[in-house]
Amino acid sequence: MSTAPAVQHAHEREKQEPILEVRGLTIGWGDVVLQRDLTFHVRRGEVFAILGRSGSGKSTMVRFLVGLETPIAGDVRIAGQDPAVMAAGLPPFGVMFQGGALFGSMTVGENVALPLHEHTDLPPNAAAAIARAKLALVGLEGAFDKLPSELSGGMKKRAAIARALALDPELVFLDEPSAGLDPITAAGIDDLIKTLNRSLGVTCVVVTHELDSIFAIADRCIVLDDQGRGIVAEGDPMSLRQSTDPLVRDFFTRRSRST
Amino acid sequence: MTAATTPSRAAEGEPSGERSFTIARAGSVVRLSGVFRTKDAAAAWRELHDTVENVGESAVTIDLSGAERIDGGVLALIVAARAELVSKGIAAEITSIPEHLKPLVELYGGLSERPRPPARERARGVIATIGEEAVRAAAGLRRAVAFIGDLALGVRELIRRPRLGHWKEVPTLVHRAGTDAIPIVVTISFLVGFVMGYQSARQLERFGANVYVADLVAIAMTRELGPLMTAIIVAGRSGAAFAAEIATMKVSDEIDALRTMGLPPIVWLVVPRLVALVIVMPLLVLVADVVGVIGGLVVAAVSLDVSPSAYLLEIRRTLEPWDVQQGLIKSVPFAITIVLIACQKGFAAAGGAESVGQRTTSTVVTNLFALVVLDALFTLTFRLMGK
Ligand SMILES: Nc1ncnc2c1ncn2[C@@H]1O[C@H](COP(=O)(O)OP(=O)(O)OP(=O)(O)O)[C@@H](O)[C@H]1O
Ligand SMILES: [Mg+2]
Repeated sequence: MSTAPAVQHAHEREKQEPILEVRGLTIGWGDVVLQRDLTFHVRRGEVFAILGRSGSGKSTMVRFLVGLETPIAGDVRIAGQDPAVMAAGLPPFGVMFQGGALFGSMTVGENVALPLHEHTDLPPNAAAAIARAKLALVGLEGAFDKLPSELSGGMKKRAAIARALALDPELVFLDEPSAGLDPITAAGIDDLIKTLNRSLGVTCVVVTHELDSIFAIADRCIVLDDQGRGIVAEGDPMSLRQSTDPLVRDFFTRRSRST
Repeated sequence: MTAATTPSRAAEGEPSGERSFTIARAGSVVRLSGVFRTKDAAAAWRELHDTVENVGESAVTIDLSGAERIDGGVLALIVAARAELVSKGIAAEITSIPEHLKPLVELYGGLSERPRPPARERARGVIATIGEEAVRAAAGLRRAVAFIGDLALGVRELIRRPRLGHWKEVPTLVHRAGTDAIPIVVTISFLVGFVMGYQSARQLERFGANVYVADLVAIAMTRELGPLMTAIIVAGRSGAAFAAEIATMKVSDEIDALRTMGLPPIVWLVVPRLVALVIVMPLLVLVADVVGVIGGLVVAAVSLDVSPSAYLLEIRRTLEPWDVQQGLIKSVPFAITIVLIACQKGFAAAGGAESVGQRTTSTVVTNLFALVVLDALFTLTFRLMGK
């Protein structure tokens, strides 16, 4: 991808500005602490990956990052604001949940069009046109009139991505967008994330296990400890590969051996 | 099965029956030999347990050299028995583990220095159980209060920004909770009116007061049974449906998805249901009133020799607008109660499918209770008001 130098310059400068700032965040429920003292930030325009073993609390962390849960300690800022207070207005971010969380009583098209209906004055046919375009983006134009129960697991994931993108948020959280998909579709999701990021400037926070996609898309990553001690490593994928931390090393080598 | 006639089959399950393994202790060595299948696990566990329970030794070796075959389940029990010994301060060790089982024993924790002692069923006293229930009840109450608070905040927000409401859903809900309920409301009300008339017929006949069946049915129906039966039907149909819908949305993260889209779920889901039931309930009550009276009319004509016109004339003479109004007034708080209980239970769901079922059941039970109590309170209040 070639970009004019001046644009590149502006792009680079914008990249420095954090869109998501997390300071001393401790997550868990009541007395149960899942991860403590998480501090990191995500810069505008980057693809940021959250890695960690199954059960380490990645999905839970996303719930705290978007303001669905109240932190035990610490705070989260999205574009300088507490996400919890944004809830009633239009949040500047989209979320794709690990299980999709599509509304079972609506068709896929209605699911994607819902945020448009609720937050804009678009006439229904215009909202539907946008929804169709978003579905085409994830390769699901044929599923517009289907119910979520009629989709395969991977199609649900892609429909959920389309819904998260409905209002063109500047930040999206994607919880395992390509887990459990065949390699071709998974690579397609990676391409989609790259396109969103490079062409539309969408900042992506991606929870993923897939080594291929980490190297393909991530600018930076953090690795969560599986014992709840917080972030064990942070940096770009190449530098993490050199890490001496046993968990990080296992994560990268074990997985790459199998791929 | 002909288990009774085949002694060999019956004996198989018996501890005294032929056995493919032996467990014997000599000093500090417990020797396991033979074939240990998972289907014999219970017997193996009992015997192993009895053997190692009161060993007076400071070190025990569980020797597997004689075992020809050990299934995974039995192996886990052997590991557990060893862990129990270790937890009692006895240096226990499993020896001569067949090579192919070693990784499994290690995974089970059978080689570790300090194995996890087997979990013990903790017997809970009555006091503890009562305490736990009380804590749970208090938490439930707190959640209910918090729910009402959230709803109030949501409604305030909604008044400020009416477009936040999911008004589109109201017609569908009216159809589902109202139109679809008409057949059952009609059937039940007719039968209630009919049965009431029939049961009173004998008594009234004795006094030659046949025509008063009209008063009896009309007043009971409009004041009490119409609204109450309708509310019970609506609670069973729509209340349960609302709870199940919302609980399902909750456990599949759909509620959270709504929140991340800036659509407050309480406003979005509860308010349309409230509006729909508040519209539907009085109408259904009117239907129930009319049909119940018709049920009485049929009985009057068939077994009391009261002609339909005499029956209707009598109703016109005695039934006051207030009788009907009373029922209609009550139906609104009934509707609100049904929706609030159903939605609150739905939002309280967490976990999986079993939680959805639990919340739905609990919704119906709580609603029945609340409706009957509420109805009694209304009757009392209206009586005190002198009406
Ligand atoms: N509502 C809840 N209440 C209590 N514990 C929970 C709840 N949800 C998840 N957990 C626990 O929190 C831990 C982290 O769960 P989470 O879903 O965040 O893991 P994850 O890192 O996303 O794993 P995976 O890669 O498998 O998706 C798990 O041990 C899980 O049992
Ligand atoms: Mg997860």
